[in-house]
Amino acid sequence: MDLELMINSFPKLLGATVITLKLLSVSLIIGLFVGLFFAILRLNKNIFINKFAYGYSYVFRGTPLLVQIFIIYFGLGQIEYLRSTILWVILKEPYWCAIIAFALNTGAYTSEILRSAFQTIKPGIIEAGKSLGIPNKVVFYKIQIPIAIRQSLPAYGNEIILMMKGTSLASTVTLMDLTGVAKYIISTTFKPIEVFIVAGGIYLFMTFIIYNLIKFLEKKYSFN
Amino acid sequence: MELLAFGDTGWGDELFYATLMTIAVSITAMLIGFLFALIFTPLKLSKNKFLNFIANSYTTIIRGVPELLVIYLFFFGGTGAVMFVASIFGYNEYIEINAFITGAVAIGIISGAYSTEVFRGAIQSIDKGQFEAANVLGLNKFGKFFRIILPQTLRLAIPNLSNVWQITLKDTSLISVTGLVEIMRQSYIAAGSTRDPLFFYSFAAVLYLLLTFISMKLINRLEVKYSKGY
Repeated sequence: MDLELMINSFPKLLGATVITLKLLSVSLIIGLFVGLFFAILRLNKNIFINKFAYGYSYVFRGTPLLVQIFIIYFGLGQIEYLRSTILWVILKEPYWCAIIAFALNTGAYTSEILRSAFQTIKPGIIEAGKSLGIPNKVVFYKIQIPIAIRQSLPAYGNEIILMMKGTSLASTVTLMDLTGVAKYIISTTFKPIEVFIVAGGIYLFMTFIIYNLIKFLEKKYSFN
Repeated sequence: MELLAFGDTGWGDELFYATLMTIAVSITAMLIGFLFALIFTPLKLSKNKFLNFIANSYTTIIRGVPELLVIYLFFFGGTGAVMFVASIFGYNEYIEINAFITGAVAIGIISGAYSTEVFRGAIQSIDKGQFEAANVLGLNKFGKFFRIILPQTLRLAIPNLSNVWQITLKDTSLISVTGLVEIMRQSYIAAGSTRDPLFFYSFAAVLYLLLTFISMKLINRLEVKYSKGY
């Protein structure tokens, strides 16, 4: 056991954790809006809109995240037309490609979580809102959405942890996140166990924080 | 379409074998995972605090650390560990471990952590009366487990195991970083030599979708079979 290596690599890995957290938070925020958008589409009665939203979540949940990143990072650059548009400013950066892939991926899972939350809201609650003379839109934004968010907290907590692990794939498109730096140190020192303990420890610590944060929110917004 | 031709002109046959490789790695990993679940589920349910701690550490660490990091540990650490064991027996030459075995074991350990949780949940949700009834009937430990508990556990566990299978199947794409030629690696090679990454990665996505779709259909059948009588 090389303790010195563990101590020396700790600040480097901690610095890389900042990138991991950035990737995670930005893609979660975008993913939440994407997920909410598609969850609302899923509730639509129009069969085309409904099927489209279902297809989106099916494709993104049925393929590995790695494929999605590679299609966006390596694949989209191949389209000549895209290179001439303003979008290319974003798509040539591995950082944004990774975020787009993560956001679309977590958006697909989030839309499923929110959809089932919307569907488990008791109709009586919506009816109560309506009978109080509250407009439909306000019922949706002020009653249905907050209840759905509370309902989906436990499942969404799991999704955050899964996404945090997913950000490790950013290292495959040249980004030096926590896993990227860990791999670099492993391949230069050939001490995989030591580096794994430190990097894995940081990941576990983040998991622990997220887990407890969600537990706290669940308690704070519990119905009882 | 000519890119997918079989034979020397296209990548069809290569991708076909790569798909078989993905299936083989996934099944091997899933079975290794069951083996781990078989060891760790009893530890999780045991009343001994120390055994509990070991099993909980296993599932918590594996489920809290990125799959890619675990794969790097095995990829870089596996060779070292095997060479260390070999050196004890006096063999000091360089040993290279097969990428298939490294990958299947790494993914298997990950899949095992999820399977353990599934089996634990399933066994815990079996009615206490079933255990008592088995005792009353005078069945021995094995009879109790294999004839009463296991069949009921399977019925409860299959839907969740199907999720574990999907996760395992998708995780095998990560083994491509170790050089094992499965769908992802083959697409990477093909994309590199034809300079058509969009097509090959999209095709890889289609192959994965096909695999998840077919396995869902098969598992649904299994589910029906095991819920007979309910």
